[in-house]
Amino acid sequence: MYGNDFAAADPSGGDLLGQVEAAEAALRAAAARGRGGAVTSGADPEAYFADVIDADQKIEPRDWMPEAYRRTLIRQIAQHAHSEIIGMQPEGNWISRAPSLKRKAILLAKVQDEAGHGLYLYAAAETLGVSRDELVDLLISGRQKYSSIFNYPTLTWADVGVIGWLVDGAAIVNQVPLCRCSYGPYARAMIRVCKEESFHQRQGYEILHTLAHGTPAQRAMAQDAVDRWWYPSLAMFGPPDGDSTHSAQSMAWKIKRFSNDELRQRFVDMCVQQAQTLGLTLPDPDLRWNPERQAYDFTHPDYDELMRVISGDGPCNRQRMEHRRRAHAEGAWVREAAAAYAAKRVGRREKVAA
Amino acid sequence: MSEGTGQRGGREPSPLWEVFVRARRGLSHTHVGSLHAPDAELALRHARDLYTRRQEGVSIWVVPAGAITASSPDEKDAFFDPAADKVYRHPTFYEVPDGVAHL
Repeated sequence: MYGNDFAAADPSGGDLLGQVEAAEAALRAAAARGRGGAVTSGADPEAYFADVIDADQKIEPRDWMPEAYRRTLIRQIAQHAHSEIIGMQPEGNWISRAPSLKRKAILLAKVQDEAGHGLYLYAAAETLGVSRDELVDLLISGRQKYSSIFNYPTLTWADVGVIGWLVDGAAIVNQVPLCRCSYGPYARAMIRVCKEESFHQRQGYEILHTLAHGTPAQRAMAQDAVDRWWYPSLAMFGPPDGDSTHSAQSMAWKIKRFSNDELRQRFVDMCVQQAQTLGLTLPDPDLRWNPERQAYDFTHPDYDELMRVISGDGPCNRQRMEHRRRAHAEGAWVREAAAAYAAKRVGRREKVAA
Repeated sequence: MSEGTGQRGGREPSPLWEVFVRARRGLSHTHVGSLHAPDAELALRHARDLYTRRQEGVSIWVVPAGAITASSPDEKDAFFDPAADKVYRHPTFYEVPDGVAHL
């Protein structure tokens, strides 16, 4: 949910899977096109790096890359991975209380996907020379952050629906452009993630649609969840462009392709019609179509709140971190037992060989 | 990387495995990503859970990442040079007289 870059020229057009497939096709096309061929890798690695980026080709793990490019990617991919891992908690909270066996099975599959997304991303980060244990340690010791959105509580079943629709929806708007990121392993991981996210968003929307067309109490529950999650979802795109620290360099390196505000606008424009179909109201009295801009005017989220939540003062920060630390510590015996078993079997095999 | 602590409570990190999946019969195994596991058997099980949750494969290989020897991109041009001047290895190199069939 971190890097923001965007692919297709048309923001609203084309469904999610279409955009992901377009990114995949572009990846192959750029590779097939080749570059001018003038710059070779051995002579001038810096020029070679620039040449590959210019040609929209991918930088791969064993290529030379500027140290700052490597560090930026490690930070971004790691925080993205941490977000997927912590993101299991708000929804996991409802697995035991899902309203039917079908909903429960679906939610389990979705939370398992989030774990998988975290692992794809950790693996992509590791190709940059950082170890898994270091990454886990950076999260657990609080030295690296995860997306602020997961520090909000899931109070009702409708929140599970809203997380799928708005939170995963915002994540997708952020992530689809990352399928075109200049770093190969990250781009490939994002293609996988985005294909799976599309199921998440739809299942959330379906939960809300069911509630919104249910009893008055169910409807009210759905509306309440939308009211609570709308602004935190808008804040997921990060601070406004003027205050965004990493943007310009990331754009030049084609890690990021669109600004925070561009992506936020794209998300708002998508949500308005989807909310109408649900028959729910987005909690913004100033939300209206602006024919001059060909986009919706909207109220920005409280960015001071975003900064407070990021710096640890959100409603659930401590709970999320405590839970992650406990789960990691309580799982230690499983890791140790598996390692001991593997070592024992290696020992046995060596004895047989001797 | 520079942010790392270096101290890991004395435990060896779990080995890294590269995962290759055959999507369907008739296709070759393709690299899909990597994972950590203490041994090959668990690596296979993790690979199934991680990379084939949606029936993406009919066969999985796991290979210890340390067992792979790769050519380095730095040697790219010299390493692949021998193939560069042998266009006659491609059928399009040859001129076929008009009217010749089955060639």
